[in-house]
Amino acid sequence: MSIKILFENIDVDGIDSFEVYRKLGGYNSVEKALKNMSPEDIVEEVKKSGLRGRGGAGFPTGMKWSFIDKAPGKSHYLIYNADESEPGTFKDRHLMQYNPHLLIEGLILSCYAIRSNTSYIYIRGELMYVMRILEKAIEEAYANGFLGKNILGTDFSLDIYCHPGAAAYICGEETGLIESLEGKRGNPRLKPPFPALNGLFGFPTIINNVETLATVPWIINNGGEQYAKIGIGKSTGTKLISACGHINKPGVYEIELGLSVEEFIYSDEYCGGIKNGKKLKAVVAGGSSVPILPAELILKTAKGEPRLLSYESLSEGGFETGTMLGSGGFIVMDEDTSIVKNLLTFTRFYRHESCGQCSPCREGTAWMEKILNRIVEGKGNEKDIDLLMDIANNIEGNTICPLGDAAAWPVQSAIKHFRDEFLIKPEIV
Amino acid sequence: MVKVTIDNIDVEVEEGTTILNAARKIGGKIVPPAMCYYSKLAGSGGKCRTCLVKVTQGSDKDPRPMPKLVASCSTPVQNGMIVQNITSPEVLETRKAIVEFLLLNHPLDCPVCDQAGECDLQDLSYNHGSSLTRTEEPRRTFEMIDVGSKIKLHMNRCILCYRCVYTADQITDKRVHGVLERGDRCEIGTYIKNVIDNDFSGNIIDVCPVGALTDMTFRFKSRVWFTNPYDAHRACPKCSGKVVIWLSGNKILRVTGRKDEYGEVEEFICNECRFDKKEMSDWIVEKPRKIKRNSVISQNHYELINKYGSHG
Ligand SMILES: Cc1cc2nc3c(=O)[nH]c(=O)nc-3n(C[C@H](O)[C@H](O)[C@H](O)COP(=O)(O)O)c2cc1C
Ligand code: SF4
Ligand code: SF4
Ligand code: FES
Repeated sequence: MSIKILFENIDVDGIDSFEVYRKLGGYNSVEKALKNMSPEDIVEEVKKSGLRGRGGAGFPTGMKWSFIDKAPGKSHYLIYNADESEPGTFKDRHLMQYNPHLLIEGLILSCYAIRSNTSYIYIRGELMYVMRILEKAIEEAYANGFLGKNILGTDFSLDIYCHPGAAAYICGEETGLIESLEGKRGNPRLKPPFPALNGLFGFPTIINNVETLATVPWIINNGGEQYAKIGIGKSTGTKLISACGHINKPGVYEIELGLSVEEFIYSDEYCGGIKNGKKLKAVVAGGSSVPILPAELILKTAKGEPRLLSYESLSEGGFETGTMLGSGGFIVMDEDTSIVKNLLTFTRFYRHESCGQCSPCREGTAWMEKILNRIVEGKGNEKDIDLLMDIANNIEGNTICPLGDAAAWPVQSAIKHFRDEFLIKPEIV
Repeated sequence: MVKVTIDNIDVEVEEGTTILNAARKIGGKIVPPAMCYYSKLAGSGGKCRTCLVKVTQGSDKDPRPMPKLVASCSTPVQNGMIVQNITSPEVLETRKAIVEFLLLNHPLDCPVCDQAGECDLQDLSYNHGSSLTRTEEPRRTFEMIDVGSKIKLHMNRCILCYRCVYTADQITDKRVHGVLERGDRCEIGTYIKNVIDNDFSGNIIDVCPVGALTDMTFRFKSRVWFTNPYDAHRACPKCSGKVVIWLSGNKILRVTGRKDEYGEVEEFICNECRFDKKEMSDWIVEKPRKIKRNSVISQNHYELINKYGSHG
């Protein structure tokens, strides 16, 4: 068994209650931090750990925290991004649903690190039942003195509020989220200014992914250096991967970064191989936004080295022959899958979820879906494929937020690797 | 002051100035077209992407180029920045693509549109677009609605620049219209048929770059190029009273704010001046207004088309 940091106790009966969680050492890191460490010490440990954001972009967390304007007397906020809505990604839900106190513990440490006294958990609207679980855990934490005024008798106080979204993928983008939290339409903001300078209600704000912050307690308990020893190179630690598609054992797995893709797909500890003994055709390795790779390129890089589940290895070869770790949504497709129909599903999603603010994304996503619809009906031609590629290229890099890129990449990569399939009328599968 | 170079021309501007405004300081052909930015409306810009430019040197301190094209209306200049607009084929190609996006669902009904002749989208398409279409998909359509008794909303023509939304937010007491839905289903609407009714609502007509919001007191009265604009003013208790009256003979067909070469009004005017003062005796006429904007009509593009069969 490889090391478990986030899932260590996830199967323990009653771990969602404060009592059981505490008995197993929960909230020890808060005691340690508030009594013996300064906020700067925490930022330092997290920097040493090499922890990178698990929301998709992989930005170093310690560095992000050091950007915030911590001037005393000025409010600042920490927002927990629990909007998880990317097709294929369902790891945060798992963590929140089964081990809610771990998130709260991570949140307390992180708020202390940036000296924030107010934090919001922005949770995807469809996950109301998960929000209830979090709210219960928050109540327990208040009742036991880990939240509220003067936590553990120190002068650090913290309040946490849960706020449900109204089911919009775009409200997971950090500035769309902030707008939504302020009660407005969730249109992403122009950057600069970045939220660390001017965020929620105009105050400095840090936004982190659920999984990112849930890792912090372990780092504080065991030290950043210890964490940095896990994983491979600059991809330190473990990562939750939500695996789905044509595999024998779909589910959420905690892997040590650097595990080979081959082992992840075929070993019984993880996905358990392709269903019904079929052949692997393609994988979308990091949630619907990242480029799709055919079997030969997901198992081995273009240089012939084994492909590993790490930020660096997955992006080896750039977008020509590589992809991205993204948010860890691992979608496996067997030999019978229609790449084009799958692409249509993704593209429909982006068309539906575009906020419509900038013209390339608003018009381009809808246009691509219309063309793909025609292609799937068997009415496409060579020119349509070129046009699709052109539209995707014209969206990419020309939008306010990365949703435009996210809509373009699946199209570009599917055409690059599976162009032949676009003109075959797919069987209904 | 910082120094920035745009299309090989140097200009000095205040720190914090955007690339677009630096370019406007230089003026002329190198000014990127701006369909959503409006200098009088805080927060506007960034949406249409027609103003994009290429930054080939970030600044003296950090000379790296920016990784992608940027919206010049919302990117501040840095000292030593080098920018390409019309000298970059990449910028021109991409701008062509943006125009294509903006026209994708546009009805192209200029022959029956009141805005024709002073429409930013029409000018943009002539100057930066392609004469061929690559789409065969059905266009998105909406019903026309009256928002209040004086303003017609023709959503099919809207490019979702959000200017009318910012205008209502920033110069009227209460905004009752906004963008409903998302993605390509977005529409400007007054939620559950609200009526836009306040003293300054008419300004949303002036800020609209296209014919989506039109003045119902002027609709179909005349093509704009058959009317003669004059600067005029009156003592108005609500606004500056400084307007342009558009005449046919001695008849005032419409009243608008005074727009500069970028299509922006100098001052917002009230509804009374705009809709209710249509007698010559209401106004003190100053002088004929010179329309500085670079419009299709003033450029005689139509003649070019006759000559070459297409405008290429
Ligand atoms: C369209 C879009 C949707 C996103 N959705 C999420 C999300 O649901 N959860 C999340 O953590 N990050 C999401 N992100 C990334 C966030 O903008 C942000 O980078 C992240 O929350 C930062 O946290 P991290 O540094 O801990 O990864 C999304 C980004 C985009 C462009
Ligand atoms: S890229 Fe798409 S989702 Fe993002 S701001 Fe633009 S229109 Fe909205
Ligand atoms: S109606 Fe006009 S001003 Fe309003 S968003 Fe549409 S194009 Fe812009
Ligand atoms: S004017 Fe700059 S994006 Fe519209």
